[in-house]
Amino acid sequence: MIAFIIARLLQAIPVLLVVGFISFAMFQFVGDPLVALLGQNFTAEEADAMRHNLGMDQPFLVQYVNFLGRVLHGDFGISYRLAKPVGELLAERLPATAELALCAAILSLLVGVPLGVLTGIKRNALISRVMMMLSLVGVSLPTFLIGVLLILLFAVQLGVLPSYGRGDVVHFAHWSTGLLTGTGRVALILPAVTLGLFQMTLILRLVRSEMLEVMRSDHIKFARARGLTPRAINFHHALSNTLVPVITIVGLQLGMLIAFSIVTETVFQWPGMGLLLVQSIGVADIPVMSAYLLLIAVVFVTINLVVDLLYFAVDPRLRGGGK
Amino acid sequence: MALLDVIDLCVEFPTRRGILRALDGVSFSIDPGEILGVVGESGAGKSLTGAAIIGLLEPPGHVAGGQIVFDGKRLDNLSQEEMRAIRGRHIGAIFQDPLTTLDPLMSVGKQLIETMQTHMKLSDRDAKARAVQWLEEVGIPAASERVFAYPHQFSGGMRQRVVIALALCAEPRLVIADEPTTALDVSIQAQIITLMKRLAADHGTSIMLVTHDMGVIAETCDRVAVMYAGRIAEIGPVENVVRSPHHPYTEGLMGSIPSLEARVERLRQIDGAMPRLNAIPKGCAFNPRCGKVIERCREERPVLLPTATTMAACFRANEEAA
Repeated sequence: MIAFIIARLLQAIPVLLVVGFISFAMFQFVGDPLVALLGQNFTAEEADAMRHNLGMDQPFLVQYVNFLGRVLHGDFGISYRLAKPVGELLAERLPATAELALCAAILSLLVGVPLGVLTGIKRNALISRVMMMLSLVGVSLPTFLIGVLLILLFAVQLGVLPSYGRGDVVHFAHWSTGLLTGTGRVALILPAVTLGLFQMTLILRLVRSEMLEVMRSDHIKFARARGLTPRAINFHHALSNTLVPVITIVGLQLGMLIAFSIVTETVFQWPGMGLLLVQSIGVADIPVMSAYLLLIAVVFVTINLVVDLLYFAVDPRLRGGGK
Repeated sequence: MALLDVIDLCVEFPTRRGILRALDGVSFSIDPGEILGVVGESGAGKSLTGAAIIGLLEPPGHVAGGQIVFDGKRLDNLSQEEMRAIRGRHIGAIFQDPLTTLDPLMSVGKQLIETMQTHMKLSDRDAKARAVQWLEEVGIPAASERVFAYPHQFSGGMRQRVVIALALCAEPRLVIADEPTTALDVSIQAQIITLMKRLAADHGTSIMLVTHDMGVIAETCDRVAVMYAGRIAEIGPVENVVRSPHHPYTEGLMGSIPSLEARVERLRQIDGAMPRLNAIPKGCAFNPRCGKVIERCREERPVLLPTATTMAACFRANEEAA
């Protein structure tokens, strides 16, 4: 088990090195940082001096290694736009995105899985057909449209939920949370629903098709022949056998939620990392973009590791142990 | 009194092209402690009969006529929940492929405990003790250490033993064994059959043994029913049906078993194939393949009537007896 974790962590190193290389290469090839740092008017001497100071006169590979060294020390450079350390900026924004993504994920699981089971078992019932049709809408409508429609309905027409921002937040050391204040919780509803709706319908459809598959299997037939209750069959034997593919997809989707909450955060002016990224792309703020890229890579690698560990928890066949 | 009485059972599958009658007037009974073999080609309706008895026909298949009477009580008109309480508790089932019939994610002990606690009032401790007992009884070595092992940690033969324990653990009076040895090695087959016979005798359990292996039938069963195209062709004590069959189909079936003593050039076979369900001929379903066919066989459907030693649905066989 521990050997497995170590092996997976070692495998993650080349992945992160490659992503690191790309995010480093952004500095080299996307615009000239000297222009950004020195402004429009500078002499050749000034430029050379700056290059030397920044180590940009050194060979490419040496620069790359230096870049990695800085990153490992948590130094992602200074934002061109906000003139603040990028690490600090991201740390400030991370809680908002993490909270939003987590709420969206929990929402999509709590609704998607039971509905998937229901539509899988009663696949011909009217409610299942309606559910499947609605889920088609959820899968096919783009996120920004869902967000705008929800704002139109709940913020503009009904006026019951705020349309932007995060409400009041409470700070704990480096973390800020909106979950402990009323306005914070209310502000979370629309963005979380918007972000989670696609995932929810995806999970619903996935669980449903997996359930249909499992319900046909011999061990479910045998469970019926043993006279087990429908509840035990559906939720114990059938659902647990659908979990491996569901965990895979949910894991990847959680990564997506964090990485691509950009749209939702833009629609709702949610002060998270996605909004920061969009604003940074607008002005070619390379250090922020490059650090964001690295962070997302780390998130995906971590999630994949967790998914692999969950496989072990769910499926005894993977845990080894011979006859 | 018979433990199970199947009377004129019909099973139908509505399809877009009309209704398919998969079982047509099947009648037989099983006495307490008796082992009834059911043989026939694939698609003759053997497994379907078993599924109908335990109420697990795959929709849209359904019982369209007849009665299933178990222990004096009709089963075919019970609600799903009433039928569920019968399954496992009063009528158990064993399926063909032990590699796929166990839940791969649950330990065998837990599956046993779950089954027993569904049907009987048992504390966790008693249930666990019984689970170990059952595993011992079906011959799992080191049962107490392996009670919480997972299915993949057992071999195919051992898994079928676990399946048998699961089918018997709530002490049903009838077990429907649907080709329980077909997926196993020949050397294991004999062990499993011996085990089933012993357990049935010990617990007084009746068995309906569905198979297409005549060897298994001859060794195991008290009586045997031969099915053809959703009907029973012949039924009787196993000795009589195997040694002196009266229905031409049974004769053909027995004749096609290769013998070790007689050296023959070619294996005998019955010409033709069983008709599809939507093209069952008028009269006796076997008439196009039958060597003894007479005009009456093409017009009128024979019913099960006594022959010298069995019951057969054949005019020629009944004539001889009369």
